[in-house]
Amino acid sequence: MEHKVIGKSVERWDAIAKVTGRANYTGDIPQKELLYGKICRAKIAHGKVKSMDISEALKVPGVVKILTPDDVPEISFPTAGHPYSLDSRYVDVADRRILTRNVRLYGDEIAAVIADSELAAEIAVSKIKVEYEEYEFYLSTEEALKEGAVEIHEGSKNIIADTINGTGDLEAGFKDADFIVEDVCATPIVQHCQMENQIAYAYKDVDNRWVCVSSTQIPHICRRILGQAFGMPWGKFRVIKPFIGGGFGNKQDITIEPLAVAMSMAVGGKAVMLDLHREEVFAWTRVRHAISYKIKMGFTKDGLITAADIDAISNNGAYASHGHSVVAKGGGITTALYKIPNFRYRSRTVYTNTAAAGAMRGYGTPQIIYALETFMNKVSMQTGIDQFELREKNFTKVNDENPLLHMTQHSMSLRECFEKGKEVFKWDEKRKFIDENKGGDYVKGLGIAAFAYTSGAYPKTMEIGGCRLILNQDGSIKMMVGATEIGQGSDAVFSQMVADTVGVPYEWIIADAVTDTDIAPFDTGAYASRQTFVSGMAVKKAALELKGKILEASYHFSKRTNKVTVDDMDIVDGNIIQKHDGQIIEGLGDLALNTYYNMHEGHCLTADVSNRCTKNAYPYGITMAEVEVDKKTGKVEVLSILNVHDSGRIINPILAEGQVEGGMAQGLGYGLAEELKYDAKTGKPLNNNLLDYKMPTSMDVPDLSVAFVEIDDPVGPYGNKSLGEPPLCSPAPALRNAIIDALGIYVKDIPVTPQKIIEALSENREV
Amino acid sequence: MLKTINCKINGRDMELQVDIRESLLDMLRDRLHLTGTKQGCGVGECGACAVLIDGQTLDSCIYMAVWADGKEIVTIEGITNDDGSLSDIQHNFVDKGAIQCGFCTPGFVVSATALLEEKPNPTKAEIRRGLSGNLCRCTGYTKILDAVESTAEQRGNKK
Amino acid sequence: MYQINGYFEASTIKEAVDYLKENENSQIIAGGSDVLIKTRERKSGYVDKDLVGIMRITELHGISYDESGNILIGSTATFTEVEKNEIILKNISSLSTAVGSIGGPQIRNIGTIGGNVANGATSADSASSLFAMDAIILIEGPAGKREIPIKEFYLGPGKVALNRDELMTHIKIEKKNFEGYKGHYIKFSQRKAMDIATLGCSIMVKMDGNKIGDLKIAYGVAGPTPIRATEAELMAKGMEITTENLDKIGEKCLENASARDSWRASKAFRQQLIRELPKRAIKIALGGGE
Repeated sequence: MEHKVIGKSVERWDAIAKVTGRANYTGDIPQKELLYGKICRAKIAHGKVKSMDISEALKVPGVVKILTPDDVPEISFPTAGHPYSLDSRYVDVADRRILTRNVRLYGDEIAAVIADSELAAEIAVSKIKVEYEEYEFYLSTEEALKEGAVEIHEGSKNIIADTINGTGDLEAGFKDADFIVEDVCATPIVQHCQMENQIAYAYKDVDNRWVCVSSTQIPHICRRILGQAFGMPWGKFRVIKPFIGGGFGNKQDITIEPLAVAMSMAVGGKAVMLDLHREEVFAWTRVRHAISYKIKMGFTKDGLITAADIDAISNNGAYASHGHSVVAKGGGITTALYKIPNFRYRSRTVYTNTAAAGAMRGYGTPQIIYALETFMNKVSMQTGIDQFELREKNFTKVNDENPLLHMTQHSMSLRECFEKGKEVFKWDEKRKFIDENKGGDYVKGLGIAAFAYTSGAYPKTMEIGGCRLILNQDGSIKMMVGATEIGQGSDAVFSQMVADTVGVPYEWIIADAVTDTDIAPFDTGAYASRQTFVSGMAVKKAALELKGKILEASYHFSKRTNKVTVDDMDIVDGNIIQKHDGQIIEGLGDLALNTYYNMHEGHCLTADVSNRCTKNAYPYGITMAEVEVDKKTGKVEVLSILNVHDSGRIINPILAEGQVEGGMAQGLGYGLAEELKYDAKTGKPLNNNLLDYKMPTSMDVPDLSVAFVEIDDPVGPYGNKSLGEPPLCSPAPALRNAIIDALGIYVKDIPVTPQKIIEALSENREV
Repeated sequence: MLKTINCKINGRDMELQVDIRESLLDMLRDRLHLTGTKQGCGVGECGACAVLIDGQTLDSCIYMAVWADGKEIVTIEGITNDDGSLSDIQHNFVDKGAIQCGFCTPGFVVSATALLEEKPNPTKAEIRRGLSGNLCRCTGYTKILDAVESTAEQRGNKK
Repeated sequence: MYQINGYFEASTIKEAVDYLKENENSQIIAGGSDVLIKTRERKSGYVDKDLVGIMRITELHGISYDESGNILIGSTATFTEVEKNEIILKNISSLSTAVGSIGGPQIRNIGTIGGNVANGATSADSASSLFAMDAIILIEGPAGKREIPIKEFYLGPGKVALNRDELMTHIKIEKKNFEGYKGHYIKFSQRKAMDIATLGCSIMVKMDGNKIGDLKIAYGVAGPTPIRATEAELMAKGMEITTENLDKIGEKCLENASARDSWRASKAFRQQLIRELPKRAIKIALGGGE
């Protein structure tokens, strides 16, 4: 297949709608009659609601109804945006109620007001009186695991899961080692900060089913979980996703949709809107797991890993959400990056009284990569083995089988990424300059980090993608996918795939502005960097099927005049041609018209594919960073930063760069600034707003450099591997390593804030 | 409590009855259905609701609707040309790949419009500062800065 | 929607003061970047208020010299106006730097210097510079006009010497407090925009030959209100600008400071900034650069 559009920076179809403000997000769609919901949140961090007095709240003008836990189903449901599991061993933990009497974190959802205005609902919420029975609360995993800790969920002992994976013989591996290095580190709770807050509204439709319009990454999963939450047939629900203002995993979880539907049910099916405030999104939707690591590794004197023992403890917060799968992923990521003959990966996921941790871009990988890549830095500094050499020696290779995931990798270009990185970044020049100009209050340093990731979630969960293509009357092609456009540009990429595979101009492909579970083919949604890979396979299959049908039809309609066989026919630039001389047989539009309106033989051409994907491909990449640290204030200036990615073939370079730049900026915040903090006295979140939570502004992000090593992956539908999540996996450790290089002292945990640097300097901590 | 105000919105003179409790953002979105202006935080920390008031970029979420009396307001809908074609800044946002989820985009276009009015030849640092009241989580700002820089260059070349 | 009871747009100082006096439930609102946020937070004292808008009172606008050559800044001058004003840039550029460090363009276009000072926050970026300039707050109320030095204006965190029925009309910087001085403001914050100061330091220095003739050092967030490092200022007089002397001055500043531990920053870290920032500010003010 000739690539005409794949590999080109074609314009995303929704760009003009977005830049003119015409793209409709959930909050932009007018309703004839709309009520507003507001959540009443607990003012303690752990305990029980003893009693609730809503009488004063009900008197507030405009209040229609107040829901308490008595008014919603007594059904516990899971919220993770995972595919449903038919195997009872792998089902998601069902620990959530629409409203709860058991308070598990400060701000837990204990009641909800429905009113004719948002303000009336807010006033009413402030008038609800609640009496609590208070328990001890736990902000850290250590506290939650201590002897005699109160169980946050009954019977859990505050542990969601405790597992060990591995390979080889750990003891023997350590015996073979010439030296052993140990370290500990910890990562913070951070938040997605997608610009559009969680928002959903629900109503009863003309067919008496419940419609939920929501800013979700996972419409089809959302529908299933609504069914579970209400104990009703899943078909009774319909989920519609309009344009969505970012997600980064925060909307790969069910947060407000069941309550929105419950509120509509409480008012006879009138539309009720639940539009969270930024403060609520920060503290009470989902966050990234804070994970602490203990790492021990054995090496030969040449720097080859003989054994690794990693113990990871993950703070899951008050509800299971994605639960153990996030920290557990770190094991397979470790063995995708480094060849470790003897390996033990223990991971525990623990309930605490902080925000429920769920999916966030990278899904446990930024955490394990932070641990691994700062660890490798330490090994290099302690042994004097060059940091590139140490890593390259231990990287996995093409055709290696991942002993934890039992998947073979077919492409792996980390060595090439380093090579390209050194050249683009001018590593050697920078190194030389820094080494020759030491001293003073402003010191410079360089750091690197490498990562591995996955494309989709197979074999951990099943992977299925869907695509329906319809040949329109004029030869244009209507493309319907269940995979979810959330801003990353998946619709553009799928359209490129269809255009090239069928053989028509990109502009002929028509995407959908909404994903509607009644209409869109089944696909589990936007997560796991799965869409170009997993959904892309379905798109390719559908496009090939449609192309086959077009050629068959063309042959059929034109066989009296056209002597070539189907095998000698192709579609190029929207024309059906004969391959041997390139002569045009007919335009696709002419053929399409025949398929629709030929009195005797017309039949519309469609392809409707559901494809199960049983493959995975590991994308790789690196970050190189140069920093300048002000030793008197601890301020870090990022002078230059580069990501080089091995994501196989790049389908759309400008969109790909955009993904990388965005991920790098998030990684920068993760490494240097961001952390959601809690008050130790009350368990209340302290900085759940965009002023006190230090997401980088345009003045904080330096120029970002991006490069790709493009080598086709044999498994990816178009030689491609995933790219969405990878970019934020490696900046944080690279920055931290650069800071250590600059200062020559040990700075342990991210975010590496000025205060932490000043503290480390005053204690003169050794590396 | 209702109050009558007179203002010009996207070139049209309007007389409006507004609730004194309304923000300008409420007025634009709920009363006039100008939904291109978005709400991201409600407290002036993200810039998604930025509009031009008498040529200055302001966050409409923390601007009382009654204050619009006598003012000239331009929203993203008014930056787009009357025939639906794009302003040069909008065009460059599209061209440079500055758009991802698009939720912050209208606010950025508004702030960029004000910035280039005030500083036709900004340095990169001035662009960063001029857009620092608008947050974006998708792009890392790179392509947004490119779009504004390119617009300034193109305007310079035209002269 | 904000939970507000009423709104009155004042067009003269007298109208505003009369309204404030008559209506016990009234509350002044200038640019709104503080009041509206507190109303939305449902902060006590900011809900169900009768707001009095003062942005259209022309007497409160503008920046000018008075007949004695002092600088008068109208209380509703926005940060953008102050930052770019020729009089400010020429005489007290550190105030321009200070208000230029606030928020982002949108906040600077709406926030006022009067509001910045009147809300009594120790972190207010303009306040430390105004302390370093010994600014005088001009107030008008039912009893007429009065003037009060900024040091006395700040009573405690969020508390200022402004009665409920009074209006801050202007901020006055006397000629003797800027003529011959050079100044600089350094804001230390985690982000370069949209942030509140971890510590703010503003200095005004007048040289006497190669010696310090007069030095004023003011801080934000080094105590419950903005403060002056009077001990260090006293010691600095007559000193030459050397690294050793600057170190001594920085160290001495701690004597007037009462930084504390908070979740935003530790006391020890703030103390390090208290030491370091005045040295840098002095060097930059004197053209030493950073």
